[in-house]
Amino acid sequence: MTKVNPLHGAAIVGVYNTKQGRLLEGETSQSLVLEATLGAIKDAGLTPKDIDGVISGGWGGVSGPGDMIRQLGSRPSWFGSGGADINGVMNAAMAIGMGLCETVVISSAQAGAYRDHSGTAPWVRPTNEFVECWGLFTAAEFALLAKRHMYKYGTKPEALAEVASAIRMNGSKNPGAVYYGREATPEDVLNSRMVADPFHLLDICTTTEGGAGMVLTSVEKAREMGIKPVYILGAAVEQQGAAYKEPPVWDKFGWSGRWGGKKMFEQAKMTTKDIDICEFYDNFSFDVIRLLEVYGFCGEGEGGDFVMGGRVRIDGELPVTTDGGLMSFSHPAMPQAMQRVISGVLQLQGRAVNQVKHKRVQNILTENYGGGALFTNQMIISNQPAQQ
Amino acid sequence: MTWLAAQPQGIPLPKPSELSAPHWEAAKNGELRVQRCENGHYVFIPLPACNYCWSTKLEWVKTSGKGTLYSMSIVYRPQTPAFQIPYVVGIMEMEEGWFIMSNVINAELENVKIGMPLKVTFTKMSDDIALPYFEPA
Repeated sequence: MTKVNPLHGAAIVGVYNTKQGRLLEGETSQSLVLEATLGAIKDAGLTPKDIDGVISGGWGGVSGPGDMIRQLGSRPSWFGSGGADINGVMNAAMAIGMGLCETVVISSAQAGAYRDHSGTAPWVRPTNEFVECWGLFTAAEFALLAKRHMYKYGTKPEALAEVASAIRMNGSKNPGAVYYGREATPEDVLNSRMVADPFHLLDICTTTEGGAGMVLTSVEKAREMGIKPVYILGAAVEQQGAAYKEPPVWDKFGWSGRWGGKKMFEQAKMTTKDIDICEFYDNFSFDVIRLLEVYGFCGEGEGGDFVMGGRVRIDGELPVTTDGGLMSFSHPAMPQAMQRVISGVLQLQGRAVNQVKHKRVQNILTENYGGGALFTNQMIISNQPAQQ
Repeated sequence: MTWLAAQPQGIPLPKPSELSAPHWEAAKNGELRVQRCENGHYVFIPLPACNYCWSTKLEWVKTSGKGTLYSMSIVYRPQTPAFQIPYVVGIMEMEEGWFIMSNVINAELENVKIGMPLKVTFTKMSDDIALPYFEPA
Protein backbone atom coordinates (compact mmCIF):
# COMPACT_ATOMS: atom_id res chain seq x y z
CA MET A 1 0.00 0.00 0.00
CA THR A 2 1.34 3.40 -0.93
CA LYS A 3 1.09 5.94 1.85
CA VAL A 4 -0.47 9.23 0.87
CA ASN A 5 1.22 12.09 2.71
CA PRO A 6 -1.48 14.58 3.76
CA LEU A 7 1.20 17.27 4.06
CA HIS A 8 1.50 17.19 0.28
CA GLY A 9 -2.10 18.33 -0.06
CA ALA A 10 -1.49 21.73 1.54
CA ALA A 11 0.50 24.84 0.68
CA ILE A 12 1.55 27.99 2.50
CA VAL A 13 -0.02 31.00 0.77
CA GLY A 14 0.30 33.90 3.21
CA VAL A 15 2.75 35.07 5.87
CA TYR A 16 2.95 38.15 8.08
CA ASN A 17 5.21 39.56 10.78
CA THR A 18 3.95 42.42 12.95
CA LYS A 19 6.51 44.94 14.05
CA GLN A 20 8.96 43.38 16.49
CA GLY A 21 10.63 45.19 19.35
CA ARG A 22 12.31 44.85 22.68
CA LEU A 23 9.26 46.66 24.07
CA LEU A 24 6.24 47.63 21.98
CA GLU A 25 4.56 50.54 23.76
CA GLY A 26 0.80 50.53 23.49
CA GLU A 27 0.60 46.98 22.16
CA THR A 28 -0.82 43.92 23.90
CA SER A 29 -0.66 40.26 23.02
CA GLN A 30 -4.29 40.57 21.88
CA SER A 31 -3.70 43.57 19.61
CA LEU A 32 -0.67 41.91 18.02
CA VAL A 33 -2.29 38.53 17.47
CA LEU A 34 -5.20 40.22 15.71
CA GLU A 35 -2.83 42.18 13.47
CA ALA A 36 -0.86 38.98 12.74
CA THR A 37 -4.01 37.04 11.87
CA LEU A 38 -5.52 39.67 9.57
CA GLY A 39 -2.12 40.49 8.07
CA ALA A 40 -1.49 36.89 7.04
CA ILE A 41 -5.00 36.55 5.55
CA LYS A 42 -4.49 39.76 3.56
CA ASP A 43 -1.02 38.66 2.41
CA ALA A 44 -2.69 35.58 0.91
CA GLY A 45 -5.17 37.82 -0.92
CA LEU A 46 -8.04 36.34 1.10
CA THR A 47 -10.60 37.64 3.61
CA PRO A 48 -11.63 36.18 6.99
CA LYS A 49 -14.65 34.63 5.22
CA ASP A 50 -12.23 32.26 3.44
CA ILE A 51 -10.92 30.86 6.74
CA ASP A 52 -12.35 27.58 8.03
CA GLY A 53 -9.51 26.50 10.31
CA VAL A 54 -7.66 28.27 13.15
CA ILE A 55 -4.62 27.71 15.30
CA SER A 56 -4.13 30.71 17.56
CA GLY A 57 -2.55 31.15 20.93
CA GLY A 58 0.75 31.48 22.63
CA TRP A 59 2.40 32.99 25.62
CA GLY A 60 1.24 35.93 27.66
CA GLY A 61 -2.53 36.16 27.74
CA VAL A 62 -3.41 35.30 24.14
CA SER A 63 -6.53 33.19 24.24
CA GLY A 64 -7.07 30.04 22.22
CA PRO A 65 -8.63 29.30 18.82
CA GLY A 66 -12.23 29.76 20.03
CA ASP A 67 -11.86 33.47 20.60
CA MET A 68 -10.16 33.92 17.23
CA ILE A 69 -12.87 31.91 15.42
CA ARG A 70 -15.44 34.29 16.98
CA GLN A 71 -13.36 37.30 15.95
CA LEU A 72 -13.32 36.03 12.37
CA GLY A 73 -17.09 35.64 12.21
CA SER A 74 -18.14 32.54 14.21
CA ARG A 75 -18.25 30.18 11.23
CA PRO A 76 -17.87 26.45 12.05
CA SER A 77 -14.13 25.83 11.81
CA TRP A 78 -11.48 23.21 12.34
CA PHE A 79 -9.20 24.14 15.24
CA GLY A 80 -5.79 22.92 16.28
CA SER A 81 -4.50 22.83 19.81
CA GLY A 82 -0.85 23.28 18.92
CA GLY A 83 1.16 26.46 18.88
CA ALA A 84 2.33 28.72 16.08
CA ASP A 85 5.35 26.60 15.27
CA ILE A 86 6.38 23.80 12.91
CA ASN A 87 4.10 21.45 14.84
CA GLY A 88 1.20 23.85 14.27
CA VAL A 89 2.02 24.22 10.56
CA MET A 90 2.10 20.42 10.27
CA ASN A 91 -1.22 20.05 12.09
CA ALA A 92 -2.84 22.63 9.83
CA ALA A 93 -1.42 20.99 6.70
CA MET A 94 -2.57 17.53 7.81
CA ALA A 95 -6.08 18.82 8.54
CA ILE A 96 -6.22 20.36 5.06
CA GLY A 97 -4.71 17.23 3.49
CA MET A 98 -7.37 15.10 5.20
CA GLY A 99 -10.12 17.39 3.95
CA LEU A 100 -11.20 18.52 7.43
CA CYS A 101 -10.99 22.14 6.29
CA GLU A 102 -9.60 24.09 3.35
CA THR A 103 -7.88 27.25 4.59
CA VAL A 104 -6.21 27.66 8.00
CA VAL A 105 -4.80 30.74 9.68
CA ILE A 106 -2.12 30.28 12.36
CA SER A 107 -1.14 33.15 14.62
CA SER A 108 0.50 34.04 17.91
CA ALA A 109 1.91 37.08 19.63
CA GLN A 110 3.28 38.29 22.93
CA ALA A 111 3.69 41.71 24.51
CA GLY A 112 4.02 42.69 28.13
CA ALA A 113 5.05 39.34 29.63
CA TYR A 114 8.64 40.40 30.33
CA ARG A 115 9.14 44.01 31.37
CA ASP A 116 11.20 43.51 34.57
CA HIS A 117 14.64 42.56 33.25
CA SER A 118 16.34 42.00 36.64
CA GLY A 119 15.92 38.25 36.09
CA THR A 120 15.84 36.14 32.96
CA ALA A 121 12.62 36.03 30.89
CA PRO A 122 9.85 33.96 32.51
CA TRP A 123 9.55 31.59 29.55
CA VAL A 124 13.24 30.62 29.83
CA ARG A 125 13.06 29.87 33.55
CA PRO A 126 11.58 26.44 34.39
CA THR A 127 10.21 26.06 37.91
CA ASN A 128 10.79 22.31 38.26
CA GLU A 129 11.97 21.16 41.69
CA PHE A 130 15.12 19.52 40.25
CA VAL A 131 16.09 22.52 38.09
CA GLU A 132 15.12 25.89 39.56
CA CYS A 133 17.12 25.72 42.81
CA TRP A 134 20.38 25.29 40.87
CA GLY A 135 19.94 28.62 39.10
CA LEU A 136 19.28 26.95 35.77
CA PHE A 137 17.56 28.64 32.86
CA THR A 138 17.50 27.70 29.18
CA ALA A 139 20.89 29.25 28.36
CA ALA A 140 22.55 27.15 31.07
CA GLU A 141 20.67 24.00 30.01
CA PHE A 142 21.83 24.37 26.39
CA ALA A 143 25.32 25.28 27.68
CA LEU A 144 25.54 21.87 29.37
CA LEU A 145 25.16 20.20 25.95
CA ALA A 146 27.55 22.62 24.26
CA LYS A 147 30.26 22.15 26.89
CA ARG A 148 30.16 18.37 26.60
CA HIS A 149 30.43 18.68 22.80
CA MET A 150 33.42 20.99 23.20
CA TYR A 151 35.00 18.57 25.70
CA LYS A 152 34.36 15.53 23.50
CA TYR A 153 35.18 16.95 20.06
CA GLY A 154 37.31 20.02 20.75
CA THR A 155 34.73 22.43 19.31
CA LYS A 156 36.03 25.98 19.74
CA PRO A 157 34.33 29.16 21.03
CA GLU A 158 35.41 30.78 17.73
CA ALA A 159 33.06 28.42 15.84
CA LEU A 160 30.13 29.38 18.06
CA ALA A 161 31.02 33.05 17.55
CA GLU A 162 31.11 32.60 13.77
CA VAL A 163 27.55 31.23 13.82
CA ALA A 164 26.28 34.07 16.03
CA SER A 165 28.05 36.66 13.87
CA ALA A 166 26.69 35.23 10.61
CA ILE A 167 23.10 35.33 11.88
CA ARG A 168 23.44 38.73 13.57
CA MET A 169 24.86 40.20 10.34
CA ASN A 170 21.71 38.97 8.55
CA GLY A 171 19.55 40.72 11.13
CA SER A 172 21.59 43.90 10.92
CA LYS A 173 20.53 44.25 7.27
CA ASN A 174 16.83 43.50 7.90
CA PRO A 175 14.75 46.63 8.65
CA GLY A 176 12.13 44.42 10.32
CA ALA A 177 14.65 43.03 12.81
CA VAL A 178 14.84 44.26 16.38
CA TYR A 179 18.61 44.64 15.97
CA TYR A 180 18.52 46.26 12.52
CA GLY A 181 21.78 48.11 12.00
CA ARG A 182 23.53 46.27 14.82
CA GLU A 183 26.39 44.36 13.22
CA ALA A 184 28.48 41.84 15.15
CA THR A 185 31.81 40.33 14.13
CA PRO A 186 33.03 37.05 15.66
CA GLU A 187 35.37 39.17 17.79
CA ASP A 188 32.39 41.20 19.05
CA VAL A 189 30.70 37.96 20.09
CA LEU A 190 33.80 36.69 21.90
CA ASN A 191 34.30 40.07 23.59
CA SER A 192 30.70 40.34 24.82
CA ARG A 193 30.16 39.49 28.47
CA MET A 194 29.87 35.85 29.49
CA VAL A 195 26.35 34.80 30.51
CA ALA A 196 26.51 31.01 30.87
CA ASP A 197 29.85 29.62 29.73
CA PRO A 198 30.45 28.93 26.82
CA PHE A 199 27.70 31.37 25.81
CA HIS A 200 28.58 35.07 25.66
CA LEU A 201 25.75 37.58 25.53
CA LEU A 202 25.90 37.62 21.71
CA ASP A 203 25.83 33.79 21.48
CA ILE A 204 22.33 33.98 22.95
CA CYS A 205 19.03 35.02 21.42
CA THR A 206 17.34 38.25 22.42
CA THR A 207 13.93 38.49 24.11
CA THR A 208 11.34 40.67 22.44
CA GLU A 209 7.67 41.41 21.78
CA GLY A 210 5.85 40.80 18.51
CA GLY A 211 3.54 38.55 16.53
CA ALA A 212 3.40 36.41 13.41
CA GLY A 213 0.75 34.82 11.22
CA MET A 214 0.52 32.31 8.39
CA VAL A 215 -2.19 30.98 6.06
CA LEU A 216 -2.27 27.52 4.50
CA THR A 217 -4.75 26.20 2.00
CA SER A 218 -5.25 23.19 -0.23
CA VAL A 219 -2.82 22.76 -3.13
CA GLU A 220 -5.78 22.92 -5.53
CA LYS A 221 -6.99 26.25 -4.18
CA ALA A 222 -3.42 27.63 -3.94
CA ARG A 223 -2.89 27.03 -7.67
CA GLU A 224 -6.00 29.07 -8.48
CA MET A 225 -4.90 32.04 -6.37
CA GLY A 226 -2.33 33.54 -8.72
CA ILE A 227 0.43 33.58 -6.10
CA LYS A 228 3.60 31.56 -5.48
CA PRO A 229 2.57 28.72 -3.17
CA VAL A 230 5.12 27.15 -0.87
CA TYR A 231 4.83 23.38 -0.56
CA ILE A 232 5.58 21.17 2.43
CA LEU A 233 7.65 18.22 1.25
CA GLY A 234 8.37 16.52 4.56
CA ALA A 235 8.10 17.18 8.28
CA ALA A 236 8.41 15.47 11.64
CA VAL A 237 8.31 16.36 15.30
CA GLU A 238 10.50 14.58 17.82
CA GLN A 239 10.52 14.66 21.59
CA GLN A 240 12.82 12.50 23.68
CA GLY A 241 12.24 13.38 27.28
CA ALA A 242 11.03 15.72 29.99
CA ALA A 243 12.21 19.14 28.87
CA TYR A 244 13.85 21.26 31.56
CA LYS A 245 13.36 18.56 34.21
CA GLU A 246 15.88 15.79 33.58
CA PRO A 247 19.58 16.53 32.97
CA PRO A 248 20.42 17.34 29.29
CA VAL A 249 23.03 14.59 28.97
CA TRP A 250 24.82 14.83 25.59
CA ASP A 251 25.21 11.07 25.17
CA LYS A 252 21.44 10.60 25.58
CA PHE A 253 20.01 13.70 23.92
CA GLY A 254 22.73 15.26 21.78
CA TRP A 255 21.23 13.91 18.56
CA SER A 256 17.75 15.27 19.21
CA GLY A 257 16.17 15.72 15.77
CA ARG A 258 18.00 12.92 13.96
CA TRP A 259 15.10 10.42 14.23
CA GLY A 260 12.58 13.03 13.10
CA GLY A 261 14.95 14.42 10.50
CA LYS A 262 15.28 11.00 8.85
CA LYS A 263 11.49 10.75 8.54
CA MET A 264 11.37 14.26 7.09
CA PHE A 265 14.03 13.53 4.45
CA GLU A 266 12.31 10.24 3.53
CA GLN A 267 8.97 11.99 2.94
CA ALA A 268 10.68 14.60 0.77
CA LYS A 269 12.77 11.93 -1.03
CA MET A 270 15.77 14.13 -0.38
CA THR A 271 19.17 14.26 1.28
CA THR A 272 21.13 17.19 2.70
CA LYS A 273 22.53 17.78 -0.81
CA ASP A 274 19.08 18.98 -1.93
CA ILE A 275 18.84 21.66 0.77
CA ASP A 276 19.68 25.21 -0.32
CA ILE A 277 19.12 27.18 2.91
CA CYS A 278 18.64 26.23 6.58
CA GLU A 279 16.27 28.33 8.65
CA PHE A 280 17.43 26.99 12.02
CA TYR A 281 16.11 28.01 15.43
CA ASP A 282 19.09 29.95 16.75
CA ASN A 283 18.28 30.24 20.44
CA PHE A 284 21.95 29.58 21.12
CA SER A 285 24.84 29.63 18.67
CA PHE A 286 25.92 26.07 19.47
CA ASP A 287 22.63 24.51 18.43
CA VAL A 288 23.25 25.47 14.79
CA ILE A 289 26.50 23.48 14.93
CA ARG A 290 24.66 20.58 16.57
CA LEU A 291 21.89 20.59 13.95
CA LEU A 292 24.36 20.49 11.06
CA GLU A 293 25.68 17.24 12.58
CA VAL A 294 22.22 15.92 13.49
CA TYR A 295 20.93 16.17 9.91
CA GLY A 296 24.20 14.99 8.38
CA PHE A 297 25.47 18.11 6.62
CA CYS A 298 28.76 17.06 8.24
CA GLY A 299 29.99 14.24 10.45
CA GLU A 300 29.67 13.94 14.22
CA GLY A 301 31.93 16.44 15.93
CA GLU A 302 32.67 18.25 12.66
CA GLY A 303 30.08 21.03 12.98
CA GLY A 304 32.56 23.50 14.44
CA ASP A 305 34.89 23.21 11.46
CA PHE A 306 31.96 23.12 9.02
CA VAL A 307 30.69 26.60 9.90
CA MET A 308 34.08 28.30 9.44
CA GLY A 309 35.22 30.09 6.30
CA GLY A 310 31.89 31.83 5.70
CA ARG A 311 30.01 28.66 4.78
CA VAL A 312 26.82 29.54 6.70
CA ARG A 313 26.86 33.27 5.92
CA ILE A 314 24.26 34.81 3.61
CA ASP A 315 26.59 34.56 0.58
CA GLY A 316 28.00 31.17 1.60
CA GLU A 317 27.50 27.59 0.49
CA LEU A 318 24.70 26.97 3.03
CA PRO A 319 23.13 30.19 4.33
CA VAL A 320 21.58 29.81 7.79
CA THR A 321 18.73 31.78 9.43
CA THR A 322 18.60 34.52 6.82
CA ASP A 323 16.27 37.03 8.55
CA GLY A 324 18.47 37.35 11.64
CA GLY A 325 16.66 34.72 13.67
CA LEU A 326 16.03 34.72 17.40
CA MET A 327 19.35 36.47 17.93
CA SER A 328 18.61 39.58 15.92
CA PHE A 329 15.18 39.44 14.25
CA SER A 330 12.92 38.57 17.20
CA HIS A 331 12.14 36.13 20.04
CA PRO A 332 8.71 36.94 21.53
CA ALA A 333 8.19 33.52 23.26
CA MET A 334 6.15 31.71 20.55
CA PRO A 335 6.04 33.56 17.20
CA GLN A 336 9.79 33.04 16.67
CA ALA A 337 9.13 29.34 16.02
CA MET A 338 6.82 30.03 13.06
CA GLN A 339 9.06 32.93 12.01
CA ARG A 340 11.72 30.34 11.08
CA VAL A 341 9.22 29.02 8.52
CA ILE A 342 8.15 32.52 7.46
CA SER A 343 11.76 33.45 6.73
CA GLY A 344 12.01 30.39 4.47
CA VAL A 345 8.71 31.18 2.73
CA LEU A 346 9.91 34.71 1.90
CA GLN A 347 13.14 33.27 0.42
CA LEU A 348 11.20 30.78 -1.71
CA GLN A 349 8.86 33.50 -2.97
CA GLY A 350 11.82 35.76 -3.80
CA ARG A 351 10.73 38.56 -1.48
CA ALA A 352 13.12 38.17 1.47
CA VAL A 353 15.00 41.28 2.58
CA ASN A 354 18.25 39.30 2.50
CA GLN A 355 17.26 37.42 -0.64
CA VAL A 356 19.78 34.70 -1.52
CA LYS A 357 20.76 35.25 -5.15
CA HIS A 358 24.14 33.57 -5.63
CA LYS A 359 22.69 30.04 -5.66
CA ARG A 360 19.51 28.09 -6.28
CA VAL A 361 16.72 28.70 -3.75
CA GLN A 362 14.32 25.78 -4.05
CA ASN A 363 14.35 23.64 -0.89
CA ILE A 364 14.64 25.03 2.63
CA LEU A 365 15.08 23.11 5.87
CA THR A 366 13.28 24.83 8.75
CA GLU A 367 13.66 23.77 12.38
CA ASN A 368 12.35 24.60 15.87
CA TYR A 369 13.55 24.29 19.48
CA GLY A 370 16.63 22.08 19.87
CA GLY A 371 18.86 19.90 21.98
CA GLY A 372 18.66 21.45 25.42
CA ALA A 373 14.87 21.23 25.20
CA LEU A 374 15.08 17.51 24.30
CA PHE A 375 12.71 18.16 21.40
CA THR A 376 13.45 19.20 17.83
CA ASN A 377 10.87 19.74 15.09
CA GLN A 378 11.78 20.02 11.39
CA MET A 379 10.17 20.63 8.03
CA ILE A 380 11.33 20.95 4.41
CA ILE A 381 9.49 23.58 2.37
CA SER A 382 9.89 24.19 -1.35
CA ASN A 383 8.64 26.27 -4.25
CA GLN A 384 8.27 23.00 -6.18
CA PRO A 385 5.46 20.55 -5.38
CA ALA A 386 6.17 17.12 -3.90
CA GLN A 387 7.27 14.40 -6.34
CA GLN A 388 4.62 11.69 -6.29
CA MET B 1 40.71 32.99 42.36
CA THR B 2 36.98 32.79 43.00
CA TRP B 3 35.66 30.59 45.80
CA LEU B 4 32.37 28.81 45.07
CA ALA B 5 29.94 28.52 47.98
CA ALA B 6 26.38 27.36 48.52
CA GLN B 7 23.73 29.92 47.58
CA PRO B 8 22.28 32.15 50.33
CA GLN B 9 18.76 31.92 51.72
CA GLY B 10 16.15 33.37 49.42
CA ILE B 11 16.70 31.33 46.28
CA PRO B 12 13.65 29.41 45.04
CA LEU B 13 13.49 26.09 46.90
CA PRO B 14 12.04 22.78 45.74
CA LYS B 15 8.42 22.07 46.59
CA PRO B 16 8.45 18.28 46.96
CA SER B 17 5.69 16.31 45.29
CA GLU B 18 4.23 13.08 46.63
CA LEU B 19 6.52 11.27 44.20
CA SER B 20 9.70 13.14 45.09
CA ALA B 21 9.16 13.55 48.85
CA PRO B 22 11.45 10.62 49.85
CA HIS B 23 14.36 12.23 47.95
CA TRP B 24 14.02 15.53 49.82
CA GLU B 25 13.25 13.83 53.16
CA ALA B 26 16.49 11.83 52.87
CA ALA B 27 18.43 14.97 51.95
CA LYS B 28 17.48 16.48 55.32
CA ASN B 29 19.24 13.50 56.90
CA GLY B 30 22.34 13.92 54.75
CA GLU B 31 21.55 11.03 52.41
CA LEU B 32 21.34 11.05 48.61
CA ARG B 33 18.51 8.66 47.84
CA VAL B 34 17.30 7.70 44.38
CA GLN B 35 14.74 5.23 43.04
CA ARG B 36 15.95 1.74 42.08
CA CYS B 37 13.62 -0.87 40.63
CA GLU B 38 13.52 -4.55 41.54
CA ASN B 39 15.72 -5.30 38.51
CA GLY B 40 18.43 -2.89 39.63
CA HIS B 41 17.75 0.06 37.30
CA TYR B 42 18.24 3.53 38.76
CA VAL B 43 15.54 6.12 38.05
CA PHE B 44 16.14 9.87 38.43
CA ILE B 45 14.30 12.23 38.32
CA PRO B 46 11.57 10.14 39.98
CA LEU B 47 8.85 8.26 38.10
CA PRO B 48 5.94 5.99 39.08
CA ALA B 49 7.53 3.10 37.14
CA CYS B 50 11.01 2.19 35.91
CA ASN B 51 11.60 3.72 32.46
CA TYR B 52 13.73 0.75 31.40
CA CYS B 53 11.74 -2.35 32.47
CA TRP B 54 8.50 -0.65 33.67
CA SER B 55 8.51 -2.38 37.01
CA THR B 56 6.46 -0.47 39.56
CA LYS B 57 8.45 -2.03 42.40
CA LEU B 58 10.71 0.92 43.11
CA GLU B 59 12.71 1.48 46.27
CA TRP B 60 14.40 4.70 47.44
CA VAL B 61 17.95 3.47 47.98
CA LYS B 62 20.84 5.30 49.58
CA THR B 63 23.65 5.98 47.09
CA SER B 64 27.36 6.60 47.54
CA GLY B 65 27.04 10.28 46.65
CA LYS B 66 30.20 9.94 44.53
CA GLY B 67 30.47 10.78 40.88
CA THR B 68 32.31 12.78 38.25
CA LEU B 69 31.51 16.10 36.60
CA TYR B 70 29.99 15.18 33.21
CA SER B 71 29.33 18.72 31.97
CA MET B 72 29.30 22.21 33.45
CA SER B 73 28.53 25.86 32.82
CA ILE B 74 29.80 28.86 34.77
CA VAL B 75 26.86 31.23 35.12
CA TYR B 76 27.46 34.98 35.34
CA ARG B 77 23.91 36.19 34.61
CA PRO B 78 21.77 34.90 37.48
CA GLN B 79 18.45 33.21 36.80
CA THR B 80 17.00 35.78 39.25
CA PRO B 81 18.78 38.34 41.48
CA ALA B 82 18.37 35.88 44.40
CA PHE B 83 21.40 33.95 43.12
CA GLN B 84 24.98 35.05 43.81
CA ILE B 85 27.30 34.92 40.80
CA PRO B 86 29.32 33.30 39.53
CA TYR B 87 27.96 29.82 40.16
CA VAL B 88 28.67 26.51 38.45
CA VAL B 89 25.79 24.35 37.24
CA GLY B 90 26.81 20.82 36.47
CA ILE B 91 25.59 17.41 35.45
CA MET B 92 27.06 14.76 37.72
CA GLU B 93 27.48 11.21 36.43
CA MET B 94 27.07 9.16 39.58
CA GLU B 95 29.01 6.03 40.48
CA GLU B 96 25.87 3.91 40.10
CA GLY B 97 25.35 5.18 36.52
CA TRP B 98 22.62 7.79 36.96
CA PHE B 99 22.77 11.56 36.36
CA ILE B 100 21.82 14.54 38.55
CA MET B 101 22.05 18.30 38.10
CA SER B 102 23.37 20.49 40.90
CA ASN B 103 25.96 23.19 41.65
CA VAL B 104 29.66 22.57 42.32
CA ILE B 105 30.76 24.33 45.54
CA ASN B 106 33.62 24.37 48.07
CA ALA B 107 36.13 24.77 45.25
CA GLU B 108 38.07 27.44 43.43
CA LEU B 109 36.17 28.26 40.25
CA GLU B 110 39.36 27.97 38.21
CA ASN B 111 39.86 24.36 39.35
CA VAL B 112 36.44 23.04 38.32
CA LYS B 113 36.85 20.85 35.24
CA ILE B 114 34.78 18.28 33.37
CA GLY B 115 35.84 14.80 34.50
CA MET B 116 36.79 15.79 38.07
CA PRO B 117 35.66 13.49 40.90
CA LEU B 118 32.95 14.93 43.15
CA LYS B 119 30.95 13.97 46.21
CA VAL B 120 27.64 15.18 47.56
CA THR B 121 27.46 17.70 50.41
CA PHE B 122 24.22 18.96 51.91
CA THR B 123 23.35 22.54 52.87
CA LYS B 124 20.30 23.24 55.00
CA MET B 125 18.26 25.98 53.30
CA SER B 126 15.05 25.83 55.38
CA ASP B 127 13.31 23.57 57.89
CA ASP B 128 12.03 21.47 55.01
CA ILE B 129 14.84 21.55 52.47
CA ALA B 130 18.53 20.62 52.41
CA LEU B 131 20.09 20.91 48.96
CA PRO B 132 22.49 18.25 47.63
CA TYR B 133 25.42 20.29 46.33
CA PHE B 134 28.62 18.69 45.04
CA GLU B 135 32.24 19.35 46.07
CA PRO B 136 35.64 17.98 45.03
CA ALA B 137 36.10 14.40 46.29
